[in-house]
Amino acid sequence: MARIGVFICHCGENIGATVDCFSVAAEAAKLPGVVYSVDYKYMCSDPGQSKIKDAIHEHKLTGVVVSACSPRMHEPTFRKACAEAGLNPYRCEMANIREHCSWVHEKGEATTKKAFDLVRTLVEKVKNNHSLEPIKVPVNKTAIVIGGGVAGIQASLDIANGGHKVILVEREPSIGGHMSQLSETFPTLDCSQCILTPRMVEIAQHPNITLYTYSELESMDGFIGNFNVRIRRKAKSIDEKLCTGCGLCCTKCPTKKIPSEFEQGLANRTAIYVPFPQAVPNKPVIDRTNCRYFQTGKCKVCQKFCPTGAIRFEQEDEIIEVKAGAIVLATGFEVKDAGFFPEYGYGKYKDVITGLQFERLASASGPTQGEIRRPSDGKIPEKVVFIACAGSRDPAKGISYCSKICCMYTAKHAMLYKHKVHEGTPYVFYMDIRAAGKNYDEFTRRAIEEDGAKYIRGRVSNLYEKDRKLIVRGADTLLGGKPVEIEADMVVLATAAVSCKDSESLAQKLHVSYDSYHFFAEAHPKLKPVETNTAGIFLAGACQAPKDIPESVAAASGAAAKVIGLFSNNELTREPVVAKINQTPPPVFSTCMGCELCMQICPYQAIDKEEIKNRNGEVIKTIAKINPGLCQGCGTCVAFCKSKSIDLEGYSNKQIYAEVMAVIND
Amino acid sequence: MHQIKTLSNRIRKNTGVDSIRCYQCGKCSAGCPLAGDMDFTPNTVMRMIQVEEKETDKKLLQSEAIWLCLSCEMCISRCPMEIDIPKVMDFLRQESLKEGLQNKSANHNIIPFHQSFLDMIRFTGRSYEIGLIADYKLRSKKILQDITLAPQMLMHGKLPIFPKAVKNRKNIKEIFKKTNML
Amino acid sequence: MKKKLGFYPGCSLEGTAKEYSESVVSLSEQFDIELKQIPDWNCCGATAAHNLNKTLSLVLPSRILAQAQKNEMKEIVVPCAACYNRLSVTQYELLKNDQLKATVEQAIDMPLNTSIRILNVIQFIQEYILPEIPEKLSHTFDKKVACYYGCLLVRPHNILKFDRPESPQFMDEIMQMLGAETIDWPFKTECCGAGLSVSRTELVGKLSGKIVREALDRKAEAIIVACPMCHANLDMRRPAIDQYLEMKTEIPVLYITQAIGMACGLNERQTGTRRHLVKVIGNYFTKTRIPVENNENNPITVEEII
Repeated sequence: MARIGVFICHCGENIGATVDCFSVAAEAAKLPGVVYSVDYKYMCSDPGQSKIKDAIHEHKLTGVVVSACSPRMHEPTFRKACAEAGLNPYRCEMANIREHCSWVHEKGEATTKKAFDLVRTLVEKVKNNHSLEPIKVPVNKTAIVIGGGVAGIQASLDIANGGHKVILVEREPSIGGHMSQLSETFPTLDCSQCILTPRMVEIAQHPNITLYTYSELESMDGFIGNFNVRIRRKAKSIDEKLCTGCGLCCTKCPTKKIPSEFEQGLANRTAIYVPFPQAVPNKPVIDRTNCRYFQTGKCKVCQKFCPTGAIRFEQEDEIIEVKAGAIVLATGFEVKDAGFFPEYGYGKYKDVITGLQFERLASASGPTQGEIRRPSDGKIPEKVVFIACAGSRDPAKGISYCSKICCMYTAKHAMLYKHKVHEGTPYVFYMDIRAAGKNYDEFTRRAIEEDGAKYIRGRVSNLYEKDRKLIVRGADTLLGGKPVEIEADMVVLATAAVSCKDSESLAQKLHVSYDSYHFFAEAHPKLKPVETNTAGIFLAGACQAPKDIPESVAAASGAAAKVIGLFSNNELTREPVVAKINQTPPPVFSTCMGCELCMQICPYQAIDKEEIKNRNGEVIKTIAKINPGLCQGCGTCVAFCKSKSIDLEGYSNKQIYAEVMAVIND
Repeated sequence: MHQIKTLSNRIRKNTGVDSIRCYQCGKCSAGCPLAGDMDFTPNTVMRMIQVEEKETDKKLLQSEAIWLCLSCEMCISRCPMEIDIPKVMDFLRQESLKEGLQNKSANHNIIPFHQSFLDMIRFTGRSYEIGLIADYKLRSKKILQDITLAPQMLMHGKLPIFPKAVKNRKNIKEIFKKTNML
Repeated sequence: MKKKLGFYPGCSLEGTAKEYSESVVSLSEQFDIELKQIPDWNCCGATAAHNLNKTLSLVLPSRILAQAQKNEMKEIVVPCAACYNRLSVTQYELLKNDQLKATVEQAIDMPLNTSIRILNVIQFIQEYILPEIPEKLSHTFDKKVACYYGCLLVRPHNILKFDRPESPQFMDEIMQMLGAETIDWPFKTECCGAGLSVSRTELVGKLSGKIVREALDRKAEAIIVACPMCHANLDMRRPAIDQYLEMKTEIPVLYITQAIGMACGLNERQTGTRRHLVKVIGNYFTKTRIPVENNENNPITVEEII
C-alpha cells in the first residue's frame, strides 16, 4: 500500500502570495494514499529538505510529491534529499505550481484549485512509480577533434595538455585552416602565420595527439563516452615514413597550372604538392584528379626523382576505426562563392576579388610577396574599393545574417593597403560598422582617421569595367542617397561567411542539429554554447556561426574544458529514463512482434534486433532491443509501437494514465 | 487615428509593401538612373515614409521624384530586402493626384502627358500619336516642342494621320467609367 | 503547314514603330508563320495607366487577354516590350488574386482565364525562327553590335523569368548566330528614359546618351533592340542625345527582327529600315546580295504615311 508524503512550498512570496498553500496541504492530506502533508516557506532550504527526510523516516513514505517550482530547477535537489533518507530518488516527483500556476495566474480560489489539481495528479503518478537505478557507462578518454583550423588546433592542444589522448582529423593535406591564409590579424596587426605556425608544430610534436590529415569522418555510432568512429584516410600516394619532405617531386612535376586552393586561385600549384611552405605535415600529396599519371597512365616523373622512393601510386584509401569518449566539431566556415553576385562581376572581371584573396595579396608569403598588385596586369592599384556586406544581410540572396567578421577585416584591408601603397586611396562602401569587441571600434576609427580610408555609407548597385578601370556605382546615403561613381583599379568584396558545403551531411552522420544556414546548432544559445544536443559532441569555432579568431579560440578552449570535465570521470551516470521492451524471463516472453518499426523511427539509432532462442539454441522469435546507453528517452518508439510493448521508464503508460485519470475524475 | 492615416499604413494596405523593412542601404539610389536628378532619391523616399510624419508625407507627395521615377525596376531587382519601390511610386503618384498635391514642375510636363495618353485611350481605345501630341501641347502649353521632329516622323510614316480606333468603343468607355468608380 | 499564332502589335507598332511591325510580319511570312491579330485589341495602358490609375493598368491588359481568349488563342506574340511587360504583370497579379480577377472581369464584361502564353519577341524568335535559321540565312551579319535589352524585357525577373536580369544573353546569342560580333557591355539593361520621351526630353537625351556613348566607346557599329520605346529614344531622340554628348553620332539602331530579316535577304521595304531617322547605311553583310540601300531608292508613299 502506497504511503505518499506531500510537501507544498511557498517559494517565499512567489507561490505563497498567489496560492493558498496551507489549504492545498490540508486538502492533499485527505487524498487516498497520502499519509503526510505539510506546507513550508522554502522547501529547498536545509530545514525544508530536513522536513522531507524526517517524514520519510517517520511515516515510512513510499513516495514523495514536492509541490514547488519547475523540476528543471530543483528536481535533483529533492531527489538527492530522498536518496539520503533511504528512498529511491525516482520515487520523488515534483508538481510545478510556480511556473505553471502562481506565476501565470492571479491570486484567487481558482488558482489554489489548480495548484491542488497539479498536486493530485502527481500523487496518482507517484503511486505508480517504482525504484530505478541510474545507468552507468564507462568513458573512453580519447577525444576526436574534427577540423584542424585554429579552433581545432586550440581544442586539441588544450585537451592534450590536460593529459588526454586526441585524434585530430583534417580534410586538407595540412592543418592551419583559414587562419594560415591570413596576412595580419585585427586589431593588433600581428602576423597571422607567425602566431599560428608554432601551434601547428606543437600539434605535430605533441605525444598525446595523433594527426590524420587528408582524412575525413566516414561514419559514427555509439554514444557519449563510447563513440565508434570510422575515418577515411584518403590515399596521399606517398609513404609518409619514407618521405623526407625534400620537395624535389613538387619541383619536377610537369602539371604546374592547377589553381592553388591555398592561394585562392591567385597562384598555381603542381599535381603533387604541399599546400604552403609552413604546412604541417610538410609532406606532399598527389591530387589524383589533376595528376597526369592518374589521368593518362603515363608520367611517374615524381617517382623517378624521389630520392627515398616514397611515391606510392598503388596506395588506396584506408578506413580506420577508432574509439573515443568525446567529439569536438571544428570544421569552420567557407567564403561564399561571389559568383552569385552578377552585378559585382566576380569571376567576370579579374580585378574583382574576395577578401580572402586580398589576404593572400597582402601576405608576405603570398603570390606577390605581400605587394598589393592587381591580378589582371600586376599593376599597383591607385584606388581600391572595398564592398562590405557582399552577400551578408541580404535576404534576397538568401543570407539574412551578419557575417560579423567583415567590418573588421575590411577596415584592416583598407589599412594594410594604405600602409603598403602610401599614395593609394581606399574606399569602403558599408551599411553599418559593426566593431563590437576589445579595441575593435578604436581600430576602425584608426582606419578612417589615421589611414584615410574613405568610408561611404551605402551599398554598391553594380560595377563594370571600362578602359582597364572598374566603374563602381554606389550612393552616399548620408548625403541623401547621392549617386557616387568611383573609377577603381581593384574591388574587394567582403563576401559572406557561410557553412561548409558538406556540413549538413556531417551533421547527419553525427546526429547533431543545424540551423537553416547549415551551421551546427548549440544546445542552448546562452548557457550551453559549446554543447550540441547530442551528449558528448561539442562545438568549437566558426562551424557554429561566423566567428573571428579570438572567439573561435575561446569557444575551442570552452569545448576542451567540457571534454576534460567529461574525462574526469571513469564512468558516467545517466538518468534511467529510457525506453524498455517488456520481457519476462524465463522463458523469455515479450509481446513485441518484431515488426521493427521502432528501429526505423528511433532518432538515436538506439534500437537493435534481439534473437530469442529456445533451449536447443534455435531462434524462435526476433524482438527489438533497446540500448540504454544510446536511448535518450524521447518516447517516439512508445508512441509508434503497435503492440504496446514499449514503455518509458519513469513515464510509463500506466503512470501517465493515472495522471490523466486524476484530472478527469475531479 | 493618425497611426491609421499615415502614408506608410496606406501603402501597406494598398500595395502590400512594408516600408519599415527598408534598412537604408541605398542600393536603390546607387542604381537608379535618375537619382541624381531627383529632389528625393529612392532611399530617401523610403525613409520619408518610415518616419510617419504628416509634414513629411505631404512633402513627399509634392515631390518631383515620384513623377521622375521611370518604373525601370532596377531598384527592386537589386534590393536586398526585395522592397517593391516602383509599386510604392505608383501608389504615391495616385495619392498625390487624389490629394491635389502634384509637383509644380511635373504638372507642366510629366503629368499632363500621362493624362493626355489616358484621354487618347479613353476616346479611341488606343494611343494615337498626333492626337496625343496635340492634346499634350494644349495641356502643357508647349506648342513649339518637337516642332522639327514631327514632320520628319510624318515623312517616315511614323505618325499615322487618322486614328485606328477600337471598334467596340462603348466597351472601352465602360471600362474607364468602372475603373474610375472602383 | 503554316504555324498560326496570336499577335498583339500594340499601339507603337501601328505608329512610331511601324518598321518593327513590318519586320515582324515579313519575317514571320518568310518563316511560314501566320500572325493573327487579336481582334479589336486596345492599348495596354503603358506607363500612363500604372502611374495614374492602378486598376485601369490591370483592366486594359485584361481586355486584351480576354479578346485573345475569346478567339481561342493559346499563344500570343507581343513584340512591344512594354506591352509584353504589362500583359505579363497583369496575368501574374490576376493569378495571385481571385478577388482582383473578379473585379477585372466585371469591368471588362468578359470572362478571363489566365493561361494564355505570352511570348516576347525574343522568345518568339527562339522558338519559331531560330530552328529554321540555318536554312534561311543568306548573309552573314558582318558587324560589331551592342545588344540592348532595356528594362521591360527582363524586369521584374520574378514575374517575367526571362533570361538573366543582370547581363542577359539571348539577343547576343541570336546575333552571334547571324554572324555578328556582340560586345560585352554593362548598359544592356540600363533605362533609356522610357516614358519621359516627350515630357522630359532632356533627361531622355542624358540616359539614352550614356547608352549610345558606351556602345560607341566599345566600338559597336549598330545597336540592336527589341522594344519600340528603346528604339524611339535611341533613334528619334538622337538630336537630344547628340546635344547631351556634344557630338554628332551616327550609330544606327536596329530591331532584332530587322537584323534577322536583313540577314535572310529581306529588302528594306520589308524590314522597314528606311523609316529610321538615323540612317542604316553601309555594308552590313558579307556575301551581300542586296546591299542596304539609301532610302532615296525606296521612298515612302503617301498611302504608307497614312
